[in-house]
This record gives sequence, C-alpha cells and structure tokens, in this order.
Amino acid sequence: MYEYNQFDHDFVRNRVREFRAQVERRLDGSLTEDEFKPLRLMNGLYLQLHAYMLRVAVPYGTLNSRQMNQLAYISEKWDKGYGHFTTRQNIQYNWPKLKDVPDILDALADVEMHAIQTSGNCVRNVTADHFAGAAADEIEDPRPTAELLRQWSMDHPEFQFLPRKFKIAITGAPNDRAVTKAHDIGLRMVRNENDEPGYEVIVGGGLGRTPMVGKVARDFLPKADLLPYVEAILQVYNLNGRRDNKFKARIKILVHETGIETLREMIEEVFETQKALHIPPSEEMVKAIEAQFQPPEFDAGPVDEEKLAAAIESDPLFKSFMETNVHEHFDPNHAIVTISLKPIGGTPGDATADQMRVMANLAEAYAYDELRVSHEQNIILPHVRRDDLPEVFERLREAGLATANVGLITDMIACPGMDYCALATARSIPVAQEISNAFEDIKAQHDIGPLKIKISGCINACGHHHVGHIGILGLDKAGVESYQITLGGDGTETATIGERAGPGFSYEEIVPAIQRIVERYVEIREGVDETFLETYRRVGAEPFKNALYPETV
Amino acid sequence: MARAFTPKVVTANDLLEGDVIYMTGDGNWTRDHAEAKLFEDEDEAKAALAKAETQSLKLVGAYLADAVRGEDGKPEPVHFREAFRTRGPSNYPELGKQAEL
Repeated sequence: MYEYNQFDHDFVRNRVREFRAQVERRLDGSLTEDEFKPLRLMNGLYLQLHAYMLRVAVPYGTLNSRQMNQLAYISEKWDKGYGHFTTRQNIQYNWPKLKDVPDILDALADVEMHAIQTSGNCVRNVTADHFAGAAADEIEDPRPTAELLRQWSMDHPEFQFLPRKFKIAITGAPNDRAVTKAHDIGLRMVRNENDEPGYEVIVGGGLGRTPMVGKVARDFLPKADLLPYVEAILQVYNLNGRRDNKFKARIKILVHETGIETLREMIEEVFETQKALHIPPSEEMVKAIEAQFQPPEFDAGPVDEEKLAAAIESDPLFKSFMETNVHEHFDPNHAIVTISLKPIGGTPGDATADQMRVMANLAEAYAYDELRVSHEQNIILPHVRRDDLPEVFERLREAGLATANVGLITDMIACPGMDYCALATARSIPVAQEISNAFEDIKAQHDIGPLKIKISGCINACGHHHVGHIGILGLDKAGVESYQITLGGDGTETATIGERAGPGFSYEEIVPAIQRIVERYVEIREGVDETFLETYRRVGAEPFKNALYPETV
Repeated sequence: MARAFTPKVVTANDLLEGDVIYMTGDGNWTRDHAEAKLFEDEDEAKAALAKAETQSLKLVGAYLADAVRGEDGKPEPVHFREAFRTRGPSNYPELGKQAEL
C-alpha cells in the first residue's frame, strides 16, 4: 500500500501544528467560534449532539495492521473505546475533547493518517471498491488512480471553497461495489476497442434531498487524461455551480439544470485548455505510485481443498460464513473475507478497540497485513489463503466478529442519526438494531437471501436509503419520529433510486412494516433464487404497498 | 399574529468537552436538564440567551429550547431531540450523561 513520502509527512505534520495553534487561539479567545468553525471542519472536527466528533480519512478504504492498531489506541486513550466506520470508508470518533484533538491528529500522523478534507466544501476522501486489488472481476486495481486523485485534490488551491462538498468514487470492476453512480464523480474502469484500460466518467450522481443517478460524461477517458479531465469538471462546477442555495449547490443540480449534453460540451472545452496547460505527473511518479499497490507475493503452495470442504461440512456456522462473508479472489488459492460489523442487535459500523486489534492481528497473520473499510460499514481482509479460512473464522467468532450476514437483511447501512448527529431528524441506529433483532435467525436470513436495507436519519441520506432495496428515512413529523419507506433502490451498476411506498410509520410501527414487506416477498417470489430486488422489478411496488397498508386494500 | 411564547431553557455545548449544558438560575451552567432555569418570560429568556452568547470561552452554539415544568417542578424537554440531548446515545445507555447523572 501507499507509503508517505517526505512531502506527505511534512504536509500532514504542518497541518497538525497549524491546527494545534488554532485550537490554542480558540481557547485563549483570539479566535471566535465563527472564525474557528471553518478551521476545525477543514481538519475533520465537528460538534455533534452530545460531543465533538472527529472524522478520520481512510483513503480509498485501505489500512494496514499498524494503522488499525493505532485507531484502537486512539479510541482508548482519547475516546470511549470504540470507533464508527462510515459509508465513506472513514472512521469517526464520537467523544474527543477539543484540547486533545491536536494530540490525536499527531497520533494519526505517526501512522500516516489524517483528518484533512473530511469536511468542508472541498474534494473529500476518494472512495474505492472495497475489494480493490483482490477482486476476481477487476480490470485493474483502482487505488493507484485514487491515490493520484488524493495527491491532486489535497489542499488544491482552486478547489478549497467549492459551491458544496465534492465526492469521488472509483471502481476497477464491472460489478460496481463503490456506488459510483451516486457520487459527484464516479469513475469506472473500462477497456476500449484496443483493449486499453481507461475510465467511464459519470457526473452528477448523488443522494440527499434530490437523489439523482449520475450521467455519463465520457464513455472512455484514457488514463493519461484523468487529471486534466477531472480538473475541467471541477472548474466548470466551481464557476457554474449554484452558490445562492445550499440545497441546490451540488454538481447534480448543475447537471440537471444545464443538461448533460451542454455540460459535457462545457467540460470538453475547458478540458482542451487544461490538457494544453497540464503538466502531467511524470511516468516515474505514476509508476512509483502503482508499485506501492502491487499485490503481495502470494503463497503459491497448494490448498488442501478437501480439508477445507470437510471443515465447512462439519460446522453449519462456518458454512453460513463461507456462503455470505467469503468472496472470490483473483488468485485461486486466496479468498476475500468480509468481517461483518453488524452483529445481531448491534450498532452498524461500530468496532471496539479490542475488535480493531483482533482485525489488525488477523490482517497481519493471515492477510498480508492489509485491511479495507467498505462503504457498507464492514471490514475486509482482502487476501486470505483458503487454508486459513477455518482459523480466521474461529478467531473472529471468539471476538464476536463472525456474524454470517454479509449482503443479507441484517447487514444494514445506518447513519448515526439522532443518537449522535446534529443534523438528524430522527434516530436510525435503534431502528437498525430492532430490525436486526427481529430477523436474528441466521438460517432464516439466508433463506430470505440478498436484501439491502439502508437507513438514514435525515434527508441528507448518509445512510444511502435511496439506493437500499428497502430504504428507510427518519423524519420529524410534528415533533414525533416518523419513518418513510422506499422500495426498489439499487446502488450497483444498475443504479436506481427507490420509490416512496406511501405514508410514513411511527417508531413503533416501522419494524412490523419491514416484516410485512419481507413476508410478502417470500410469499410471491418465484423460487428461492429470485432475490428481493428481482421480485420487486418483476411485480412492481403494488404487492408490497398492499402488505404495508392493508387497510387501504 | 406572533406565536405565543412557550417556556424555554438556555442550552449550548461546552467548548472544551462538547457536552450539552444548560443555564442555571444563578447564571452558571449545569449538565443536568433538571437543574436548568426555566424561563417563562420571553424578555428574560432573550436576555439570558444574549448573556450566554457573550461567553464564547465557555460554550458553543447557545440557543433557547422548549421545555415544560414537570410534576416535580423541574424543567423537562418538549421535543424528542432535546430529550436525547439530556441523556446521550440510545444505542449505548452506558455512555453520555445518562450514565453519569
């Protein structure tokens, strides 16, 4: 994985020093809160409902064991012994004290991490497919591109005060696990007719109060043109994006109001100028970045598949785990293991310091020292030898991390909601917990099959509810929590915004409502292989609406 | 017609800790909603808020939140958001002020 060069080290340390001085000036009264707030936000520090919150970037979701151990250490020394992994592949600490934050940032810098540009109207942490560098279906590892974008966007002088925040996601595989169509820019690696790799560039996707599926700006962009092209998009957005209304300031609104054809022409025009002006990163520099993402030297010894098969047959829990939490690796001797941070009844995305250490130790011992954070709030061990799967499962089970539910109904995304977030209009975590408890039986979950529930505690949609097969949006309806259901959303390469099912449900009614949807699906599906989304696409919303609102039938 | 004034408490977050705090009758600050001063007069509430807003070395983001006098005479929050602020996250009853108060 990428290791900081001297420039990166100096840059991050200088930012910590600068922020330390800013905190001191806030505490001695030289800075007002109005002056300090944008400075703390630039360094990832929010003030939430009950405390400060520090959002730490995990660039393109990649970590090593040393970094994960440091995240555990930070959570114990300066927080309350846990962290929350987010839908942008970051980690949030929910209880830091203001005076400790510079020390936390120094501790992060010790392991080449930071919290820069995790807030504010700038280019945020670039996210990537969480199976990047390991997936069997990958054209190329997208992370060298993500790292190039990180270097380009970090402290980019022109793009620190955009009309609104700007999120880029990238995938190197045709199966989109990075929700590229719901980002300001989505990059999907494709090959042209000459079999050369490049990018399909998607712009103007986004969720929030005006959900939009992104539109294709370029169906093939040569790799060498990436930075000038992205720079052109940002320039067009920076100059033309709306600054009169915060709710209409994202690039999706510009795409919508201008039209993709016109906007494409505007981008191409700037791109031509940019390309002429652009000093491309040297070949050595690009090669040096790529070299740092080379796959580890895999142990090529034969795997005793018979022994593994026997282990699977002898333990139903391990068998379930193999079915849902283990995915195909490009190397046939290896597998990708997803560690579910969705224990039954737990808080989606939370991990205790001890659990972080267990995951770090497993990565070091069994996964060539690599970990990934997924936007679905789970942790990935990207390269595990198939021989080691029973042992890895056992160690996870001991730590309460072996829930065999990845991709199933209890593997929910939930934003922090009103349990932490100052913007939230309702709680989302307890709704997730109660749904999880209602569907706790793992066998029943496997029978229901792939089903993504995504829950947001406000219209900003951090919980991606619009692209949940079942989406739940928590609102404040005249002083009472109310939950709106959307159906048929999809965050993959076949991205679709879910449709609102009808009137909202109270906190007490929402879990039974979800149960009615699932019961109806099981009744009407054409065999166990037809997934919820397939059934929904076959029959439409009506049967589910009838189940949700029986009194209107 | 202007909406009739309803009783308020003055609340904010502590600058150093980030904790939710409330203004007491003597103009100090408490973390316990029950110890907050309930302002039943609009002018007094506005004056108290104005006073809070000058204390930038103590707090962040002062505002007036609706509250009512409970059966025990102590103020109670009206909106569920304010009720959560008196306690802490509902997924971890052992964390936040609900564990300490």
